[in-house]
Amino acid sequence: MSRRAIEPFLWGLFSAGGVLAALFIPVHLFLQYLAFPLGWLPAPSYEHMLALLRQPLVRIYLFALCSLALFHWAHRFRYTLYDGLQIKHITELINLFCYGGAIAGTALASYLLWTVP
Amino acid sequence: MKEAPAHTPYHPRWYRSRVSTYWWLGKWAHLKFILREISSVFVAVFVVLLLLEIWALERGPGAYAEFQRWLESPPLVALSLLSFFFVVFHAITWFSLAPRAMVVRLRGTRLPDAVIAGSNYLAWLIVSVIIGWALLGG
Repeated sequence: MSRRAIEPFLWGLFSAGGVLAALFIPVHLFLQYLAFPLGWLPAPSYEHMLALLRQPLVRIYLFALCSLALFHWAHRFRYTLYDGLQIKHITELINLFCYGGAIAGTALASYLLWTVP
Repeated sequence: MKEAPAHTPYHPRWYRSRVSTYWWLGKWAHLKFILREISSVFVAVFVVLLLLEIWALERGPGAYAEFQRWLESPPLVALSLLSFFFVVFHAITWFSLAPRAMVVRLRGTRLPDAVIAGSNYLAWLIVSVIIGWALLGG
């Protein structure tokens, strides 16, 4: 019963995370982890990045992006293991790993974003 | 006749055909489904990289420079490239499915799929330009 009740909520997190991941992650990934390290574009300075991180709105945005993207991963990866690899006998362990990982990542993100100097 | 059900040597079993663990390798549509599902792993990889970057920024310029050097190493470049292809694949499949997930009606007529998918792609473009502008120094 409780699992039935929570499933739409988890699907909602998956869906919201999917939208955010689709809209926001490609540009972040391309610039921060390809274009800047490989020198395709001039990398922003440390001071500029820290100044961005100090903006409250940026921190709220990064928190939502990290948390919902992780819940998106958790839900989809759970079904990848279930349908793709047909791992059906350790469901409890998979749920713990997926949603537990998302919760731990959310906690870590809130800690890091809260303690920005 | 017995009241309680009991096991007999010729107990009936329902026929269930076994599905191979690699069922998704046979057909492009199935492979595409699994690739789309696996894209979520690279969404998580991105979050890990982002959290590491935030952590490096908080520890100071030295730690941030070290993080940047780490990103330049070949394994990390390979991981970033692979992740980039998967998140773009996620974005395209997500936006292409959007018209099926949301039916928008305007004055009684259903908006065509191309309009809904197109507006998603337009939002993607605008968001990317804004983030690029913010990161590249405003």
